[in-house]
Amino acid sequence: MEVLGLYNYFVFAVLLMVGLYCILARTNIIKSLIGLTIFQAAVFLLYISMDKIDGGTAPIILEGVDDQIFANPLPQVLILTAIVVGISTTALALAVTVRIKEAYGTIEEDKIQEMDRET
Amino acid sequence: MTLYDQLPALVVAVLLFTAPIAYMLRLHGFPWFVATAGVVTSFAVACSLAATVIGGETIIYEMGGWPAPYGIVLSIDALSALMAMLITGASSAALIFGYKSLADEVGEEIAPAFFAAWLLCTAGLVGMVVSGDAFNIFVFMEISSLSTYVLISAGPDRRALISTYRYIVMGTVGATFYLIGVGFLYMVTGTLNTADLAARVGQVEDIRLVLVAAGFVSVGLAVKAAIFPLHSWMPNAYTFAPNAVTVFIAAASTKVSLYVLMRVDYAIFQNSIANHDVQLTFFLVPLGVLALFSGSMLAIYEKNLKRLLAYSSVAQIGYIALGISMTSVAGLTGAIVHMFNHGLIKGGMFMAVACLAIRYRTVNVANLAGAGRAMPWTMAAFVIGGLGLIGVPLTPGFISKWYLVLAALNEGWLGALLVAIILFSSLLAVIYVWKVIEVAYFREPRSNAVPVTEEAPLVMLIPTWIVVLAGVWIALDTGMTVGLASVGAKILLGAAL
Repeated sequence: MEVLGLYNYFVFAVLLMVGLYCILARTNIIKSLIGLTIFQAAVFLLYISMDKIDGGTAPIILEGVDDQIFANPLPQVLILTAIVVGISTTALALAVTVRIKEAYGTIEEDKIQEMDRET
Repeated sequence: MTLYDQLPALVVAVLLFTAPIAYMLRLHGFPWFVATAGVVTSFAVACSLAATVIGGETIIYEMGGWPAPYGIVLSIDALSALMAMLITGASSAALIFGYKSLADEVGEEIAPAFFAAWLLCTAGLVGMVVSGDAFNIFVFMEISSLSTYVLISAGPDRRALISTYRYIVMGTVGATFYLIGVGFLYMVTGTLNTADLAARVGQVEDIRLVLVAAGFVSVGLAVKAAIFPLHSWMPNAYTFAPNAVTVFIAAASTKVSLYVLMRVDYAIFQNSIANHDVQLTFFLVPLGVLALFSGSMLAIYEKNLKRLLAYSSVAQIGYIALGISMTSVAGLTGAIVHMFNHGLIKGGMFMAVACLAIRYRTVNVANLAGAGRAMPWTMAAFVIGGLGLIGVPLTPGFISKWYLVLAALNEGWLGALLVAIILFSSLLAVIYVWKVIEVAYFREPRSNAVPVTEEAPLVMLIPTWIVVLAGVWIALDTGMTVGLASVGAKILLGAAL
């Protein structure tokens, strides 16, 4: 039961490693960026998992109900910020990729490296 | 509430508010003017904050009046004030210096966005040093990183783009590691306020998660700080960025991550993890020593002057890492002073390189033959900076290395070894600085090269010399830097002032 309870954290670790491997192993810039996005998504899962309480609901105080259990809203707010940061990073990286494609005519890192070596 | 009470917020807010103004006023020359006005104002605020906290007090500013630990606070002590002065000062100097060189390299149509990104980058870096909230530091870190990517990609060469892409990947991985570490800390303590974290983390019983957090935070910040061997993004980013951008980021950006590493490690992990001072020493000393050697060796064999200085920065960051690893007041003082002084030296040197670039149209060392006669003032500034890198007396580099050596001498046999390494790597710096001097002063220009006879324009030369002379001044009058640094070091170690 202990192990199953940590299911989310196992998924977090697996996603993190999948993302990191993708960043390191791919030479295609878009594929690396997909890896980067998976890498960041893993962290979102970590934060979301830590605030979950069994039977917990949104932290809204209702009149007449005083035995509510609330999920911690703070990590959710934090991760909302982190998601925005992640989107901006992805958008910026894709914009740079467009300019790389315009300047080099390819988005394969090894080919770009060859072209730079020649100049 | 007077305006004076609002200064801690203003040091960041001024920059955040001027950024959209710089973007929207699309008149010729206006974005540059707004950006300069913004950072100079912020610099003035940072100086006045430094004057307030030099005695050792800490200003806590509650954002929106919400008290800690519920609200987000800004916390400013001697160390963060010194760093804020370095960042805003470097940003002002680089902008004023860059009036001509940026107009040259950055097109008129992207200028509004460029200067808005510059302001946001400065705001993010200052925010990182004044923030008293671990998650807020991450947000400011990403503000500064995202805008730094924009600034670097504005470089004229197409290789600037691929360097930006590599920096985006490395920088995001580093920042995400930091975020994971902060998440683990929040799991065990339930707070994000750094002062509150420092107090609560000591009571945590299961220390394993704190240890994991320390690992993630340290490695993440080491990437952002370009500590060897995680520096691979840095040389190309510095080389292909517009010259004035290189001046700014070389002087300020990696130091801010070192500052956060220092702050988080000493405030939070030293109190909670047993023998953490030994762990820190074993983490940073080998990396620092390797950085000294590999950075210097790569600089010796490098042909591109900007990349040469970038590799030299890798080595200089090694000195700072060594200072941080010695958990003593003297070591930390040396590290903090070296952060400030190296920022000043490297900023001045990159300015001199930009002056050379605007006349020679290249930064290859071999093509700079005869620069000593054609551009005597520029090369003189470069030489004074180079002496600072070596650590010759009367230059700022001497002061910080002096403190590092003093600190190392207290550390027993390992310290004696470190002193030998520091002195030896200073000799390596002599080699790569001399390599440039030899070409510039003692070699005849190639007969087929276009002769350069003109000195750099005065709008570039005067800021360069102001920075160089400021360096000499703080080498002679060390009261301000060493004063703030030693107070900051004592606050970090929790020692009596």
